[in-house]
Amino acid sequence: MRKLALNDEILMQVEKPARYIGNEVNAVMKDKNQVDIRFAMCFPDVYEIGMSHLGIQIIYDMLNQFEDVWCERVYSPWVDLDQIMRKENIPLFALESQDPIRNFDFLGITIQYEMCYTNILQVLDLSSIPLLAKERTDDDPIVIGGGPCTYNPEPICDFFDLFYIGEAETRYRELLDLYKECRAQKLDRKEFLKRAAYIPGMYVPSLYEVAYKEDGTIKERIPLIDDLPMTIIKEMVTDVSHTYYPEKPIVPFIKVTQDRVVLEIQRGCIRGCRFCQAGQLYRPVRERSLEMLKDYAVKMLENTGHEEISLSSLSSSDYSGLPELLDFLIAKCGEKKINISLPSLRIDAFSLDVMNKVQDVKKSSLTFAPEAGSQRLRNVINKGLTEEIILSGAHLAFEGGWSRVKLYFMLGLPMETEEDIRGIAELCNKIAAEFYETVPKEKRTGRVQIVASTSFFIPKPFTPFQWAPQCTKEEFLEKAYLTRTAIASQLNQKSIKYNWHEADVSVLEGIFARGDRRLNQVILKAYQKGCIYDAWSEYYKNDVWLQTFKECGIDISFYTTRERKDDEIFPWDFLDCGVTKQFLLREWHNAQKEVVTPNCRMQCNACGAARFKTGVCLEKREEQLS
Amino acid sequence: MKVRIKFSKYGALRFIGHLDVMRYFQKAIRRAGIDIAYSEGFSPHQIMSFASPLSVGHTSEGEYFDIEVNTFTGEYDMQQRLQAVKVEGIDILKVKLLSEGEGNAMASVAAASYLVSFRDENILPSGWQDELLKFYNQPSIPVIKETKKGEKEIDLKESIYDLQIRPGILHKGQERAAETEIYLLLNASSGGNIKPAFVLETFFKTMDYEIPPFAMLVHRLDTFRNPGTEEERKLVPLIWEE
Repeated sequence: MRKLALNDEILMQVEKPARYIGNEVNAVMKDKNQVDIRFAMCFPDVYEIGMSHLGIQIIYDMLNQFEDVWCERVYSPWVDLDQIMRKENIPLFALESQDPIRNFDFLGITIQYEMCYTNILQVLDLSSIPLLAKERTDDDPIVIGGGPCTYNPEPICDFFDLFYIGEAETRYRELLDLYKECRAQKLDRKEFLKRAAYIPGMYVPSLYEVAYKEDGTIKERIPLIDDLPMTIIKEMVTDVSHTYYPEKPIVPFIKVTQDRVVLEIQRGCIRGCRFCQAGQLYRPVRERSLEMLKDYAVKMLENTGHEEISLSSLSSSDYSGLPELLDFLIAKCGEKKINISLPSLRIDAFSLDVMNKVQDVKKSSLTFAPEAGSQRLRNVINKGLTEEIILSGAHLAFEGGWSRVKLYFMLGLPMETEEDIRGIAELCNKIAAEFYETVPKEKRTGRVQIVASTSFFIPKPFTPFQWAPQCTKEEFLEKAYLTRTAIASQLNQKSIKYNWHEADVSVLEGIFARGDRRLNQVILKAYQKGCIYDAWSEYYKNDVWLQTFKECGIDISFYTTRERKDDEIFPWDFLDCGVTKQFLLREWHNAQKEVVTPNCRMQCNACGAARFKTGVCLEKREEQLS
Repeated sequence: MKVRIKFSKYGALRFIGHLDVMRYFQKAIRRAGIDIAYSEGFSPHQIMSFASPLSVGHTSEGEYFDIEVNTFTGEYDMQQRLQAVKVEGIDILKVKLLSEGEGNAMASVAAASYLVSFRDENILPSGWQDELLKFYNQPSIPVIKETKKGEKEIDLKESIYDLQIRPGILHKGQERAAETEIYLLLNASSGGNIKPAFVLETFFKTMDYEIPPFAMLVHRLDTFRNPGTEEERKLVPLIWEE
């Protein structure tokens, strides 16, 4: 019988004790005396969020397939337990063995969004691991970061020994073997990290220094060892149909955000929307084979007992085998009363037909993501969705019985004018009008419900908009106000509901997204002042953050609203995600000229990802086929 | 066909609440490949009914639920299938095919038996064992019970069917046996359910002692139905020997 790290009194006091006891179906138990490496895999947010993340499930499954490794999980203790652990000096522990994280060989942290940065420090602190990598000794675990935010790791580089840039499936074995070899030779932590820096995809921040120009931008990066790699190329799986994928994902006891089987059908995206970071980072698009997906769908449903399966990808409609896959799933799931959830489908006759088969039309809603209100601005951001496509999709859907529509837009996009913002309201109004034209009075059960949501645009590294200035908080709020007034002045305004995002946190996210090494001290200080769970609005302390920037002498406008020159060296330029800076710059200029770039299936635009020699880059293009 | 399943809950699983135990079994039944019946409608759900919910923190060797199945593969087979897909902290103890017209688990519950022990008996006022027996042997125990509709006065004595003090024994999932265990047989019907902690809190109050939160360990032994009458109870476990 496992002994729990927390006693009964504590578990009975905290909200949802199931977050801390492990023991879930398909959690992997091993004998710690029979393994060489103890690996703690962390998602620095609360259990229900962390457990919903597919990436960790893939890495957990892969590392536990290695006989010499036991990979366990750890999440951020919720604020109630956080306080108890600090007061009673209880070390943070892994869910499976309930052993302290500090005794592990590795602590891997996935970094999915900027607003979790202080939670990384919380996890280190509660584990009694020194927050700064340079203060760690051979008794501390190697702290390794991965995930999308590591494509600009500089704002948090002081807290990590190592970053793994790219997809985890390719280089972990090599890294772990090096670790074992160093241990056998009694080499210390520093020596291990030095050697790790030569494994492709590995970035050891302590081995580089950065020099700045007088204007605060980067002058150069200086390697502390002569032959260190100056560019780190992302790691990537070339054959996504023959690689690690969990057949037995963990089934939590409590309801988590993603309470279903997740089938990742492809990686990457052909679309090239200019605001989208994922669309560039994961190029080229690589599809998993139908054979693999069918096989895993069946196995994962059998091994978990979940009552729902969801397809996951950046743009599921672009998966070439989608009709066959859906036919298979509908047949398989129908007999077992399993739901199919279909996010990110383009609304057209095909998808409506499928949705009609798998959802209750009356209860479900349609989702469109035009992102911008006018065709001009949609051309700027390279979003291929036109008003005509939206209205004809809505028309078909209204005919099919749907009456609820969700629309997603961004405010604060580069080159946005008031006219574009009014376009959001007008588009909502046209969709409402389409409903009243399509559905005769006697068939209506009520008003059409249109929900428009706006988020604030944040320029991200490795996108054509990495050069773009970000709006101030005041500008953001003014734009939201303008959107609200414009919607209120529409004929069908009573059918339209409008939600907008908070502005404070978008500003901070923008600072971190394009930040540099000088931000480490700010994050450390804000954490020491009590900032954690910044992604949760009820715990976000904007005043503390602003005060801390001031104390550290950091001007936030340098990171947000500043115009960046075409030839500026960015903090993340030393990383190579496959897409070249020349391509991104060309796209930035195309955006300014409102020129649309075709998607990867239509035409190769020489982004640079073709050098990986896989995925869509090897497919015959439409023009070549015809 | 209606099937009744008896299970135990111990170890870390005591921190999993009733709704999550239901979710656990919905998924376990799928993993076990049991041909369960579903309700009609657009979002069909498994036909399943749980007996008496167990409070978070309590352990049990007498939990029950009923399911409706389309295919019955045998009591032993179903027990084995569910046991094969279980987690540590749940054991499938028995499975029984119910005859036509048998009431469902939830509606059948009349009583439940418990063993209560203490994390640390040293904190208790001395002489509490004798006092407890005296408390139980009173002809009536008027108490105020909080219900959903407000407070009402009841005679607690009527709902305590048995009370004994026993030396502790080691139960599955426990690290060590307690010194003393209190055996309680209590009303667990939907209208008159009495929690074991309520009985003991009421008792200790008569000794001017307030028992601290989490000081008690509660273990359910079994859940009973009453094929007898209100006046002449005849309590039998929800799965009984023919």
